[in-house]
Amino acid sequence: MSTPVPSPKVAPGPTRHLGAMDYSVLQQCMHCGMCLPTCPTYVETKLERHSPRGRIALMRAVADGELAVTKAFGEEMYYCLGCLACTTACPAGVDYPKLFEAARAEVEEAKVLDSPKRNAIRATVLRGIFMRPRLLRFVGRLLWIWQASGGQSLFRRLQLNRLLPSNLRRLEPQAPTIRTRFSHQLIRAIEFPIEPKPARRVAVLTGCVQDLAFSEINRATVDVLRANGCEVHTPPVQPCCGSLHAHNGDLASARELARRQIDLIDPDQFDAIISNAGGCGSHLSHYDHLLADDDAYAAKATTWSRKLRDIHEYLVEINFRAPQAQPSPQVVTYHESCHLCHGQNVSVQPRDILRAIPGVELRECGESSWCCGSAGIYNITHPKTSAWLQDRKLDHLTATGADIVATANPGCHLQIANGLHSQGDEHTTVEHPIVLLARAYAAESD
Amino acid sequence: MTSVDVRLALGQSIDDIDILTALEDLIPYGFDGTATLKERPLAVVFPRSTAQVAAVVRWARQARVPITSRGNGTGLSGGSVPIAGGIVLCLNHLDRIIELDRANLTLRVQAGVVTQDIFNAADAIGLFYPPDPGSMKISTIGGNVAENSGGLRGLKYGVTRDYVMSMEVVLADGSICRLGTGCVKDVAGYSLRDLFIGSEGTLGVVTEVLLKLLPRPAARRTLLATFAAMDEAAAAVSAIIAAGIVPCTMEFLDRRTIRCVEDFAHVGLPTDAEAVLLIEADGHPAAVADEVVQIEKLCRDHHATTVRVAADAAEATRLATARRSAFSALARLRPTTILEDVTVPRSELAGMIRDVEAIALRHDVQIATFGHFGDGNLHPTILTDERDTAEMHRVEAAITAIVEAALARGGTITGEHGVGLAKKPFLRRQLGDASFDLMCLVKRSLDPEGLLNPGKIFDLPA
Repeated sequence: MSTPVPSPKVAPGPTRHLGAMDYSVLQQCMHCGMCLPTCPTYVETKLERHSPRGRIALMRAVADGELAVTKAFGEEMYYCLGCLACTTACPAGVDYPKLFEAARAEVEEAKVLDSPKRNAIRATVLRGIFMRPRLLRFVGRLLWIWQASGGQSLFRRLQLNRLLPSNLRRLEPQAPTIRTRFSHQLIRAIEFPIEPKPARRVAVLTGCVQDLAFSEINRATVDVLRANGCEVHTPPVQPCCGSLHAHNGDLASARELARRQIDLIDPDQFDAIISNAGGCGSHLSHYDHLLADDDAYAAKATTWSRKLRDIHEYLVEINFRAPQAQPSPQVVTYHESCHLCHGQNVSVQPRDILRAIPGVELRECGESSWCCGSAGIYNITHPKTSAWLQDRKLDHLTATGADIVATANPGCHLQIANGLHSQGDEHTTVEHPIVLLARAYAAESD
Repeated sequence: MTSVDVRLALGQSIDDIDILTALEDLIPYGFDGTATLKERPLAVVFPRSTAQVAAVVRWARQARVPITSRGNGTGLSGGSVPIAGGIVLCLNHLDRIIELDRANLTLRVQAGVVTQDIFNAADAIGLFYPPDPGSMKISTIGGNVAENSGGLRGLKYGVTRDYVMSMEVVLADGSICRLGTGCVKDVAGYSLRDLFIGSEGTLGVVTEVLLKLLPRPAARRTLLATFAAMDEAAAAVSAIIAAGIVPCTMEFLDRRTIRCVEDFAHVGLPTDAEAVLLIEADGHPAAVADEVVQIEKLCRDHHATTVRVAADAAEATRLATARRSAFSALARLRPTTILEDVTVPRSELAGMIRDVEAIALRHDVQIATFGHFGDGNLHPTILTDERDTAEMHRVEAAITAIVEAALARGGTITGEHGVGLAKKPFLRRQLGDASFDLMCLVKRSLDPEGLLNPGKIFDLPA
């Protein structure tokens, strides 16, 4: 029989995040290895350190005081994509998101990855732009002016990108095309259902990137909700949900943003709070955990999490109406956003919606629930692994012969669209399933 | 010797060998799939050829450093947990499928190939590799051979041993030899191949395996039956076997497991049932159809409370969910989950399950049992918390009692996980002195320096 191994404590005092957390969360990993074949970084390297159970072993070693928070530990925690494929595979139900966020917070606190450049970027992006929705829109507007004025195309024609530092040169073509109108210019604060008597009252979250680069998805979200008897509330200025902060070790900012979000949208006033972006939704549904120790907000946060729904999940739950339009034949394949399928366990519903659209033939692709390599800002921090995953994803998608790749997260949307573009594929389009559904509803009156 | 010494010395004596020695790399190689066991190795070495394996073994012998060979570390008896002061020889980079021979129905693979990939390679051309250990999505064939892994299909198709035709092994002195041939019939000398299967890395390092494949069964049907008493389920199983039917799998869940599965997966099991049987028949479509009718009748004759026969593959998957989620459902309940695998003759299984229930009560520990009814292999699953010293003492006492009960019923201390570290204290009791001493003699002859995974299976008497 196996005997327990006592954990020697060699470092002074527990670390603030991993050391202070409920130890049973760390202990829940029984290191059976079922996560390994689902983890992109393990499959890429075949090294345990780069696997979920390996990372958890390192986190536990930090909590036990057997390992200091080293630079190598920090790099490991940021090599993880945070795709959460391991949580779907895990037989023991390990709460990996909680461990992952605590580990990254530990890394930030220990400052082992600090460099002037990294610090400046984090200060500008995390604590600057993404804390201030109006500033974010202002930056978005500047980018739009740059793109719409022809400045960007002139810049590209003259190949001035050669003047940029190498990492910016690589990123410049990946920048999203900013929409002429943002969500608040497309959606009124309150919109009423098409049927006169509202059956439900919901709030729609417009997101950050979604708001600037995919505002038509937000418009479509409101449209399909209205078509299904919902009175839709969409506050015109919304804070970032904080997922970017939580996933990057800045839990304090994440909590602040969660509080602002709850202040803006009182969960008690709505039947459901709707998210249409996989990455945001996964984080938004965990506000209860995030604010569990906040006496003033814990109760509201619990209600919030209980009412938070992904749009696909909600439509299926309320038994959405299948569009009755004339079929318009289209071959669609579905790429699952990691944080939608692994983070929120929403996998069947987007497919149900796609199949309900007249004329849609849904063709499954291989590895549909594998990460596309976007993973928040991973394509910026780890270009090599990101590109490998992007290629792998594109191979599976194009093998289906589909004209449309449906996906429900702005990061995936950009990553796949950019990948198709750089392969010279101008035929295949990327769409949010809800946009396809909204189009089908609109076509009913044609 | 330190990690740095190992890195320098190995790096000097073997060209292009991959070695890891950073603490952040050693910690994740300190364990396998076994609960509560860990040890820190000096280094982890990744050979990329049999020649490199041989070179590492020769170096270790000269430097007197113990070696634990390892695939993907999913073992459940501690067989690939490192030795203090030793190195881990990780074979998962030896992952080539070398040759699929359709004329002879064989597959030649390197030791680090994942079991699922072997199944898939065979399946892609209408062939079948039957052994299906629970970890097959990530376990390696080298590890399966070292532990002689079983799976759900043992009753009809046997275990890993039944599919190994020959292998390439690096011996303790670094020499390379082939054991067995590609011949179906081969009686030339001792079957040394069989000696190495299940030897848990204590006699040599398996680097390549020639596997036997079968034609893929054309049809498969699934059936789920519930019973108000475990004895009735047992009687149904006996009746099925007595009727000359050998289903591919006959799995069971006990009362506690049923309740946990229902809470977790909501598959529609009656929570007042005492036993669930999941039975799968495979083979020629006509034979399978006939067998399913007979199995259903025999279950009803033995007072099954419900019997559901899957109409199609989708429904079969739904029915199998109950069994497939058993471990997941249990593993969530407490921080530490210990999976046991004592095995008894099939006729003793119902009695053994009663023994386990009594032992759980007597020692005040939580145990739920599921497993393979067809081959008498049960998995009492102990739910506990390794930080609770008092409870862990009770758990140890309960495990000892379970092992003793299995031995008293003519059973074995391990059906498919291997002895490793977990079952070491019980081996002599099962084998008896003469047989135990013979094993020690074999070990001393093949590994005179005692450097190949020492302390696994047994401690050599001084």
